[in-house]
Order: sequence, then structure tokens, then C-alpha cells
Amino acid sequence: MDLADIISGDQRLAVVRQPIAHDSAVKHVTGQAAYIDDMREPTGTLHLAPGYAPIAAGRVTALDLEPILKAPGVVAVLTAEDIPGHNDISPKEVGDDPAITPERVNFYGQVLFCVIAETRMEARRAVKLARIATAPSMPVIDVDDALVANTTVLPEYAFVRGDPIVEIPQAPREITGEFRIGGQEHFYLEGQIALAIPGEDGDMYVHSSTQHPTEVQHVVAHALAVHDNAVTVEIRRMGGGFGGKESQATQWAVLAALAARKTGRPCKLRLDRDDDMIMTGKRHDFRVDYNVGIGKDGVIRALDVTLAARCGHSEDLSLGVIDRTMFHADNSYFYPTCRILTRRMRTNTVSNTAFRGFGGPQGMLFAERMMDHIAYVTGKDPLEVRKANFYSGSGRDRTPYGMRVEDNILHELVGELERTSEYWDRRKALAEFNAASPVLKKGLALTPVKFGISFTLIQLNQAGALVHLYRDGSISLNHGGTEMGQGLFIKVAQVVAEEFGVGIDKVKITATSTALVPNTSPTAASSGTDLNAQAALVACRQIKERLFDFIQETWNVGRDRVQFRDDRVIVGNREMKLGELATAAYEARVQLSAAGYYKTPKITWDRAKANGRPFYYFAYGAACSEVTVDTMTGEMRVDRVDIRHDVGKSLNPAIDIGQIEGGFVQGMGWLTGEELVWDSAGRLRTHAPSTYKIPTASDVPADFRVALHESGGNREDSIYRSKAVGEPPLMLAISVFSAITDAIASLKPAVMPRLDAPATPEAIMRAIRATTGGDM
Amino acid sequence: MRQTIRFIRKGHMVELDQMAPTTMLLDYLREVERATGTKEGCGEGDCGACTVAVGRLKDGKLAYEPVNACIHMLGQVDGCEIVTVEDIAEDDGKLHPIQAAMVQSHASQCGFCTPGFVMSLFTLYQSTDGKLRRDEVNDWIAGNLCRCTGYRPIVDAAVAASAGTRNDRFRVAARDTAGLLSFLADNDDVFIGDSDRFFAAPATVDGLADLYEQHPNATIVGGATDVGLWVNKQLRDLPKIIHTGRARGLDQVQDTGYELIIGGAATYATVEPFLAALDPDIGELLRRLGSRQVRSRGTVGGNVANGSPIGDTPPLLIALGASVELRKGKRVRTLPVEEFYIEYGKQAREPGELLTAILVPKLDETHIFRCFKVAKRFDQDISSVMGAFRFTVGEGGIITEARIAFGGMAGIPKRAAGAEAALQGAALRDSRAWARAFAALRDDFQPLDDHRASARYRVETAHALLGKALIEAAGTSTSRTRIVGRREKVADGSR
Ligand SMILES: Cc1cc2nc3c(=O)[nH]c(=O)nc-3n(C[C@@H](O)[C@@H](O)[C@H](O)COP(=O)(O)OP(=O)(O)OC[C@H]3O[C@@H](n4cnc5c(N)ncnc54)[C@H](O)[C@@H]3O)c2cc1C
Ligand code: FES
Ligand code: FES
Repeated sequence: MDLADIISGDQRLAVVRQPIAHDSAVKHVTGQAAYIDDMREPTGTLHLAPGYAPIAAGRVTALDLEPILKAPGVVAVLTAEDIPGHNDISPKEVGDDPAITPERVNFYGQVLFCVIAETRMEARRAVKLARIATAPSMPVIDVDDALVANTTVLPEYAFVRGDPIVEIPQAPREITGEFRIGGQEHFYLEGQIALAIPGEDGDMYVHSSTQHPTEVQHVVAHALAVHDNAVTVEIRRMGGGFGGKESQATQWAVLAALAARKTGRPCKLRLDRDDDMIMTGKRHDFRVDYNVGIGKDGVIRALDVTLAARCGHSEDLSLGVIDRTMFHADNSYFYPTCRILTRRMRTNTVSNTAFRGFGGPQGMLFAERMMDHIAYVTGKDPLEVRKANFYSGSGRDRTPYGMRVEDNILHELVGELERTSEYWDRRKALAEFNAASPVLKKGLALTPVKFGISFTLIQLNQAGALVHLYRDGSISLNHGGTEMGQGLFIKVAQVVAEEFGVGIDKVKITATSTALVPNTSPTAASSGTDLNAQAALVACRQIKERLFDFIQETWNVGRDRVQFRDDRVIVGNREMKLGELATAAYEARVQLSAAGYYKTPKITWDRAKANGRPFYYFAYGAACSEVTVDTMTGEMRVDRVDIRHDVGKSLNPAIDIGQIEGGFVQGMGWLTGEELVWDSAGRLRTHAPSTYKIPTASDVPADFRVALHESGGNREDSIYRSKAVGEPPLMLAISVFSAITDAIASLKPAVMPRLDAPATPEAIMRAIRATTGGDM
Repeated sequence: MRQTIRFIRKGHMVELDQMAPTTMLLDYLREVERATGTKEGCGEGDCGACTVAVGRLKDGKLAYEPVNACIHMLGQVDGCEIVTVEDIAEDDGKLHPIQAAMVQSHASQCGFCTPGFVMSLFTLYQSTDGKLRRDEVNDWIAGNLCRCTGYRPIVDAAVAASAGTRNDRFRVAARDTAGLLSFLADNDDVFIGDSDRFFAAPATVDGLADLYEQHPNATIVGGATDVGLWVNKQLRDLPKIIHTGRARGLDQVQDTGYELIIGGAATYATVEPFLAALDPDIGELLRRLGSRQVRSRGTVGGNVANGSPIGDTPPLLIALGASVELRKGKRVRTLPVEEFYIEYGKQAREPGELLTAILVPKLDETHIFRCFKVAKRFDQDISSVMGAFRFTVGEGGIITEARIAFGGMAGIPKRAAGAEAALQGAALRDSRAWARAFAALRDDFQPLDDHRASARYRVETAHALLGKALIEAAGTSTSRTRIVGRREKVADGSR
């Protein structure tokens, strides 16, 4: 469906559903959009550079910082002893993640000290002068090491239905597989940064590029041993977040605040890109082992899967992340009997963290890989296998965690895509091409996405907003969500403008601040708009309620005869500017400011029983990808991609399409070229864009067709019946991975290629050799 | 001698007489000018967030090139105009066509990459006329990373902006700007600092050779696309910088009819058309080498002198039979490129010795040439393996000489002596000779594992590339052997 249709669908809406440009678009293209490093820093601002552990495990036996103190420009060095409060940056404050480690080293890159100098370059140079003596111990680097050593950050956890151990062998066919899923570096273009400005009474004002200002506030307060109310955290915009600034922006804010406390001067910490990549966590990588019993029809009878994740040295957000891996290990498929077991391995590597999809993509990749496996060994088409296993009517609609899939639109959505992508014609054409092409092989795959929307930690599903109507009719909008490029601010502003019937230019978007809306949730889980726009709507309606009462009293006109539209307020036969109404209301002493609050209805989750309805609704989508593989070198190119994605009724189709395309390309990077390599000493070898390769423009398929799926709107009462769109499209890229598998599978019938993610040229070549029988 | 550097900003000349030798343009813009529109995303030339346009005179005409300000030394912009993202809208705030198209296409999300894209596309706008194809745009922005948008709207914006006539105010003012630049173009040696710490840019090759002989411990800087990283990432203190870019004539390429003489300071951008004319594969290699920004200022001389085992031009030059010209003071000598590389980190260049030229014999009708670059990513990536092949084919389809060189297979760029010998004297289609060559290749190299590729993969890939070269030489169309850089299409420019 194209944009025009969506727009015409809701004629009476003036601002909502319009493809309005990002609120900062003009500022972006002219260089006027200010990020933290662009702000004019206060005179006397000092700069920080962290020094980190040169070993992955062990102890620091001696740390000589004298040479640093003598270096040009150096003002002081911050160490663990300088921390008046808690030395812990863990999001749940479980005490396993020091801001500066006093002695024990848990990963290569862990902060040991932090240099404070007049300039950033002086600080960075001085770091190198530290004399660090260590007593290293044997590090646990990857999942396999951790499985052997049996080190975990959290207990294992499973969803169990029936007894797969008994049922799998009874199925007509049993399939066993194992594969690896790589992690992913966020590579937000703006690296981690914070600027802390000390105030009176021990107050601290922190500018932090964070998705979670409230958490930064709390952790900074605890580190400084002050109350939460002494710390204010502000963020106008981030240069990308993707989950990498959900919990892991905190440490840099804490260090800046500690340095500001120690020196009494404003302190800024902007990580160098290499340090950022070495010192901050990534998407979790996994080892997956599965055993599945299927019928002759390729339908799953029973399944037993173990997904073991590298969590890194501390817990961070791994509980929620790996739980979400489980919530999506079914993707769109009904598992009558199953055990989905996850293991949360502790390693001597940086603590892995949130990343767009929050563990979901890894679970889903497993499901899709299993579908491919079933198809190739049974000789069926993978799409047929997928469709046969879809959730469907009653009896086949309950997830392994007890929630019923009530809003399933996959049959229809996938059917449409199957048609518009000409899947079957191309399937035939591909077979002909491959038969005649010894070196280059093509592959095709169509894969679905079903993604649960809501934080699975129920308490996070709440939001606040603050709306002011000024006497001139202009509006100021603030809420707890943060802007990282996803278009949250413009979407919420659209909702507010629509409420007051004004143009979007009348709504001033303001920086997120813990002083304005307190106790906020992270902007994450795709929920930013769902939560914050609802809270803003509530605030607007409160103000309007008061205006309705005022109008009734003043002009004796009932609310049914009042309209806010076209920058006017129509009151019975009267018409006035919003400013005129606001002024009149002000003079009559009507409050024109409101704090709105929203919490998601219907959701429940009992983790101990592994049962509930953790998601308000599901977002759906599907993608069909075609690739060509060079079987001599393993190089691969994505030729064409067709996407159909469900956004309910879009609040802003231009923003939504941006999320879909951007998410897809990011997911494609995760599964193809983006490879994280650690050496045996636990040092990350791919710590810069020179060695870690995210997609460039030419990696985007030349033929890239993206359509929004008109589902008649969200069945649940979401904001304007829209659906969350931040994370789900990332998983559309699994179609690329499956298409590569398909290309390799064309080399030999009835063999499942053993392909690990990411499918780099080397991984593809390895899979080719394994399939055709050579070794590599 | 001039003890200042001078450049144009917003129509006015800026003259600086104080400058730390390795000050980067980005730091000058952000910290001194406080022009913070230009961003730092990586500090190593890979993300493009710091892209600015540098205007200079090329053959008397104004040309704008994109440059990575993060690894561009301030001294390098002497005599140039610098245009940043803040400068290109009209004074009344009307957006530049590129900016307007970016807004129109929803081409920014977080916006952090956006200034860099705007400036890359600005230079594309200035460098071309007529409507652009998507692949042309993709090539031009290979050095700009965006993590949010997935690029499609950015490319759309560039294509859309290219549809109109190019008449922005920079085009209108081009002659005035050229006038200003020619006013700046003097013949003075530039020298800022004292004999212990300086930035110098001699105006002649003689001056360059003399100064370097006096200061053999100085760092020669061509484009600084390698040296910039030593400063930003290794935090090396480089007190003495001698920049080659001002030395008259050194940045030129001469075509003598039978060979190309590439000046030691000639940029990839300058060299590209000459080398690409030798063979479409070379054009494709250069298209994929670094990015537009890197190729604007990076030099082939620097690539050769740097001595990296994974540089792309050394294997190419070795296969082509090229040699380097070295000069120390007045003494000049030449050396085959393969002899320039002694072992990892060690080249045959003496202290104080300059690389003044690379002499490249042209291909003739007896030659079949192929080269391939294999990397994790097609664009702007360092090769895992790079292979270059020149087969000289005589009477009866007999290979009279095989020159085969690889990068990424040893501590230095190196010839595959065994494989060459196995093919010498064999018929082009002699599959037994091929088999001998494949076997010999396995003994020619003992590559290492690293984060780009395992030793195993490198061996397999070298084998595959030799195989491809032979299959293609024997007549198979590259439409059947390659997924990028097909010769048939490259030849007609439509890739
Ligand atoms: C983002 C990025 C991508 C890249 N991609 C590639 C790639 O795909 N393939 C590839 O091969 N390379 C790549 N490179 C490296 C490549 O740009 C450099 O090797 C370049 O060619 C060096 O030239 P330069 O003029 O910039 O050298 P500089 O950095 O100025 O100097 C490099 C070295 O050569 C010496 N030197 C320079 N000129 C002379 C001279 N005339 N005489 C003596 N010594 C001299 C310098 O002293 C220094 O040791 C990339 C670099 C970057 C930043
Ligand atoms: S900052 Fe990334 S290329 Fe310059
Ligand atoms: S818009 Fe965020 S990186 Fe490009």
C-alpha cells in the first residue's frame, strides 16, 4: 500500500498520519542540530580519558599514575578511591559492574582510572603513561569456554510445554542441528559522551547521550552519594543509540560527574571510537543446539533447543535480553511440545547489552534456521514449511509462554508478499539459473517476523509527559522519551498538534530532562511512541477538559460544538485563535499546563511460572530476499529485497518507512559483514570501522521494494491504532541469511548447509566446503 | 619562504602563523572556529562524518573534492578553499539543493552522519553535470557510513538533486573563487615552526629533497591517510612534518606512450583515469580502494612507501612490472617495486630518501591482465586477499611470462614465484599446468590468521583468484565468474 492510501484513509486527521519530516531535518542538513559535543562548553571545562585494563582476567598488582600527573595539561587522575558513594554502574545496581575497578579485572577494556586534563588530546596522551602491573589469570572468552568452565551470570531459564525428550523420538523424523550467531557492535555514529557541570549544594547537571536519563540520574546520584534530586540529566538528541545507550551510557556520565565533583569544574568525557568499541557492550552472541521431531508434512511435533549466550563479565540487561530470545524463539511458529532453554554465560569480555530487538533477533534466527533445516533435509520448499508451521486457529495459537496469538495477520501478509514478490516464478527462474551457472549461485528466501510489543519487565510500561499551552497559543511539549533519530519527538508532537488543531510548527519540542518528567523508563523496546504519545495525549486532554469547562462557562457552548482545527478554535458560531482562547482562559485563571501519565493495559507476566500475557500486541512483517553467492570466494551480493511490514495505522509513514529500511539494513549487516573478533587473550580485534564493517550504500539491494501493510490498524487501543516499528524490521533481514543458505543448498540436494552468522565471505566459503564435502 | 598557511573560508582569506605540526583540520574547525556542524565519528577516515569540501585549482579550474577532515592536516589545506556544512545554504537560509533534497527524501534520522553526507554529495554535485545513476551515487558515498537510514533515501536525494540544473551559488561564484585561489597560489616554500618542530611544504621537488635530507627523521606526508591515524589513534608525536603536496609537478602523471610516470605525490584521484585506462580491472580496483575522500588526498606513492602487506597498489604494480624512483638529496635511483619490499615493516628506502615517482609500463596486446580484491565488504574495506595477474601470451596461446602478485598473503606484497613458474611456457588452456600452478601456490605463501580472515581462507581465496584469472583468460565471460566489477559492463560504464 502506498502512502497516499494511508493518508486518505483518515481524512479528518490533519497532522497525524502525514509523512512529516523529522523535526530536526533542516538542522541536520545545515549542521545546526547540536549534539553534546557541539554545545559551547562552560569556560574551564576539563576533558577526560579513561585508562583501561590490558588483560582480560586477573588483578592489577600495581598502578603507578605518577608519570600521568607530570604530563602536560593533566589536572588529576580519577581512581576508585575518589568515589564517595557506590562504585557500581550496573543498571539494576546489583554491584557487579564498577565504574572504576579497584583491583580485580574482569575484561580487557575495563576502566582502571580516568585522566582529567585541560584538553582531550592531553588526557588521551597521558593515559598511555600509566605503569600498570598485573597478575593475569586464564580468561574465559567465548560461549564454548564458558560452557566448559560453567560460568554464568544468571541461572538458566526455560519455557517448557509437554515433554520433548519423550516426544521427539516418537516423531517420524528427528533433526539435530547446531550453529553460531555472532554479536553486533551498535556503531551509533555519535560515540558515548557526557558533560557534567557541578552546581551549588552538591548538585550535578549532566548532559548525557543516553536512552535512559533516569537511570543515569540514579547511578550518578549513588556514585556521588547525593539524593536523586541533586542530579539532573538532560538529552536533546543522540546521534544514534540502538540500545547501546540504554544502560551503557551511564558509566561515562558517572565518570564525568565524579571528575566534576573532584575538580569542581565542568568535565566532559567523549570516548574515542576505538575505546568506545572496546569498552562498551554489544549484541549477545550465541551458540544454539536444537533437536526437533517433525511429521512427514514438515510440521513440528516437538522441539528441544538450548540457546547459550555470551553475556560478558556482568549481568547488565542480560536477564531481559535473553528472556526475549526465548519469547521469540518461536517467531511465527506453533511448537506443540517444546523446551526452550537459555543459558546465560559469564565471560571475561565486555558486558553485552541491549541492541535493537533485545535478544529477539537471535531467537528468531534460530526458528528460521530450523525451518530451513526441515526444508532442505525433507526436500520441501522452505516457504511451504514455514507456512505449514505458522500459528493458526485455536489449538495452534498458544505461545510457549502461555500467551495466545490473537492478532495474527501473517497468513494474509505473507500471502500478499508471496504474490507481489513473485516468489514462485522466481523460485523456478533461480533453479534454471543455478543449473547453468557453475560459479555463481543464487538463493531466495521469504521469512516472517512476529515481534511482541511491551517491556517484559512490566513496571517499565509507563510514561509521563508535560504539556504547556502558552498565552500566544504556542505549545511546549516534554516527555520521558529520548530522541535518537527514530522520530519519536516528531510523532509525539504530531499527536499533540492534532489534539489542539494546530500546525506542527506551533509545538515546541524540548530536551528530555529528569527535572521535567521524573521516573521515566528507557526509550527502548520499540515502545517510545506507544507510551509517550499516549501520556502526551492524556496531558493535552486534561488541558482541553479545562478549556471545555471554561468555554461552557463563558460562552455556554457545549464541548460537542467545540472544535480545535486549522489553527483555530471553533466555539459554536464563534471562531478564535488558540492564543485568544488561551489568553481568555488564563485571565479567568485556568491552568494551562498538565502532566499526563499512561500505563499499558492488559499485560501480565509471571516469570516464575513462565506464563502470562507479556505483550500488548504483536507487530508483523515479512521479507523476501534474493542473493547471489560466488562459490569460489564466498563473496555475496543481495540482489533484490521485497518487504511488507505491519505498522498498524501509521502515525507518520515517512518515519515508519525509515525505520523499516534502516532496521533491515542494520539487520543485514549483523548477519553478513559485521564480524566481531576477539583474540585468545580476550582483546577485541575489530574495534574501529576500519576493521568492523557495517553496510555501506552499495550493500543495499539495488532493487529494494518496501510496502506498509494495511492491517486495518492495531486491534488494541494503541495511539491512533499505530504499531511500534523501532525493532521489528531488523529481523526482516533474516531473509538474507536464509537466502544465502538457499544458494549454498543448491550445491547439493538434501543437505543443510552449516552456515554460521555472520555470513562473511569466509563463513560462506566454509559452509560451501562443508556442504560439498571438501574441508576448510 | 612563507611562515604562514593561507586558505579561503566563506569568501575570505584566513592566514595562520601558528599551528602545531599535526593539527587536524577537524580540530581546527570544531575547536578554533567552533564550526561544530562537521562531526567526528571515528577519527580515522572510515565513517565520513567529518567530510568537508576542499576547493582547489585543477588545470586552472576550481574543483571541489571531499576530504576526511579528521585525518587531514591543517597545513595540507594551504592554498585551498574549505567549505563546510554550515556554509552552503543561501545567506537567507534557503537550503542548498542537496540539503533540500535530503530533507525532502527523509534522508536523516539521528542526523549525526548527515553533515558528512551533505558535503560528500555537495562535491558530487559540483563535480558532475546531468542526472546521476544510483551506482554513481553509491560509489561517491562509499566513505560515508549511516547507521540509521539504510541509505536509500540519501541516494534518492542525490539522484533527485542531480535532475535540476546545477546553478548553486558556488557554481555562480566559481570564477571569483578561482581568482582568489590563484591569488593564493604562490611559489614560496611553506614552513611553520622551528627546526625541532615544524610543518613544511616546499614548493619544489628540489626543496623537498634538500629539506628531507637535512631532517631524515622528519615524517613525509602525502595525503596523511595513513599518517593521520598514527596521530589520532597511535597518539604518536610527530614533531617534524614535510608535506609533499606543494612540490610543483610531483602530483602529476605523465603518459610517455609506453609507460606512465606517476609523481610521488599524485593522488588516487589524479592517477585513477590513467591507470583505469590500462585495464578495466584496475579501474574497478581503484573504485574500491578506500573511498572518494581517501582517494581525493591519498597518494599511490604513500601506499607504496607505507609498505603495508595489505595495500592494494603494490601487488598491482608488481604484476604490471612497475618500478619506483627514489631520491635522496641529489641522488636518484630506481628499483623494481617487488625489490622495494624487504620484509614486514622494512622497505628499501633509506632515511631521508623520497619516493619521487612510480614508473608503470603499459599493457599491450600480448598481455592478459586481471586483478581482484576480496574483502568482507565490497566498498571501502581493506583487502583480505588482493591478487594481480599479468599473463603475456605468445604464439599458439603459450604463456611466455606470468607475473602474479598477492597482497594479504605474506608480510609483504609478494610474487607467487612457484605458480608463475608452473605456468610459464604452458598453453593458456592447459588444465594440467593450472593444476601445477595451484599446487605451487600453496607453497608460495604461508599467510597468517587475523581479524580479517584466517590463513586457511586466504590460501583458498588466493587459489580461487588464480583460478578465476585463468578461467577468464581462457575466455569465460566475467558475467559468469563475478558478482561485482564485471569487465563487460565496466567497459561501457554501466556496471
Ligand atoms: C578509510 C581508509 C580506507 C583505506 N582503504 C584502503 C584500501 O582499500 N586499500 C589500500 O591499499 N589502502 C587503503 N587505505 C590506505 C591508503 O589510503 C594509504 O595507504 C595511502 O595510499 C597512503 O597515501 P598518503 O598519501 O595518504 O600517505 P601518508 O599517510 O601521507 O603517508 C604514508 C606513508 O608513506 C610515506 N610517504 C608518503 N609519501 C611519500 C613519498 N613521496 N616519499 C617517501 N615516503 C612517503 C609517509 O612518510 C608514510 O610513512 C585506506 C585508508 C583509509 C584512511
Ligand atoms: S571522523 Fe570518521 S572519517 Fe573522519
Ligand atoms: S542518520 Fe543516524 S547515522 Fe545516518
